Amino acid sequence: MIITEPIVKVGIADLKITNVPHSLKTSGLGSCVGVVIYSRKLAGLAHVMLPDSNSSKKQPSNPMKYADSAIDLLVEHLLLEGARRSNLQAKIAGGAHMFSFQSNNSMLKIGDRNVEAVLAKLEQYHIPLIAQDVGGSKGRTIEFNIETSMLKIRTVNSGIVEI
Amino acid sequence: MVHMENLSQHHLDVLQEIGNIGAGNAATALSALLNKKIDMKIPAIKIVEFNELIDDVGGPEQVIVSVFLRIQGEAPGSMFFVLSPDEANSLVEQLTGSDCDDLTNDELALSVISEIGNILSGSYLSALSDFTSINMQPTVPNLSIDMAAAILMQGLVEISIESDYAIMIDTTIEEEGESSSSMRGHFFLLPDPASFEKIFSSLGVEDK
Repeated sequence: MIITEPIVKVGIADLKITNVPHSLKTSGLGSCVGVVIYSRKLAGLAHVMLPDSNSSKKQPSNPMKYADSAIDLLVEHLLLEGARRSNLQAKIAGGAHMFSFQSNNSMLKIGDRNVEAVLAKLEQYHIPLIAQDVGGSKGRTIEFNIETSMLKIRTVNSGIVEI
Repeated sequence: MVHMENLSQHHLDVLQEIGNIGAGNAATALSALLNKKIDMKIPAIKIVEFNELIDDVGGPEQVIVSVFLRIQGEAPGSMFFVLSPDEANSLVEQLTGSDCDDLTNDELALSVISEIGNILSGSYLSALSDFTSINMQPTVPNLSIDMAAAILMQGLVEISIESDYAIMIDTTIEEEGESSSSMRGHFFLLPDPASFEKIFSSLGVEDK
């Protein structure tokens, strides 16, 4: 499971786990949420698209696509790699609304729903949320440095911030 | 239910024709607006996994100018009119006669792009609706300038509930015989999975 490229890239509806001195990166988060769960020298990153795996009409579906099942997988694999459950911490980013439709369509508010689902799942595992950069109407590229536990967030218009 | 894994060549031909008709109409509209000859490329039909789709437009972080609308009615889906920032600048310049350096902070330019997107996607969709006799109404279009993945994935949410793949009908329209500085735009039509059956049956294509 551990990947040792310098920067481990995570695609859409994908997740990866690696350790120091590597970093984890995912690009162009819009309504999707990037969830980093880490413990000392080990970290995992998931790029989730949808809140709830039970909403899928087609089975079997990709569990890495949904907030609930992706976080289950992240925790499971981190523990398999030797992380201690009580040491797990999280940082998240994304959940934007790229468009400002006046609409009742809940799918257009998917950013908020994704963030809520991620927070509920972290709560369920009692994983403390150390930092978050969510909402707004901007795309985000994120990179997590395992050594420093810092999450670097790049946007098109407001540059780079670290949380 | 039509499964995209087993679409026949005949089905794909029908989808290509749909792209042809819609984008042909939009090209005519743009041609009238700019008073220039606008060409249309034969639509490409792609059945792609989401990550492939994003790579296809230049990668997740590629900045694009996009007008997005949802198609409502009997065959719902998502539609994007996509330009590069340079192409958007050039389009604004041709229409207003004034150069614009920074698109994101130029309200007039943004409003011009929005209106163009509105006109073009409206003409694309009305041709499609006439051809298929399927009732389709566009939502108010929405402009966004940002990373390609962030923008396009929002339009794929509806599809992603049912599938990990999208059928993308991609048509390019561009100024005839011009160099790279000319006007060029893409239309991406992404029907929701349940819409394919409706489209095929409206056009008398046998489901196999």
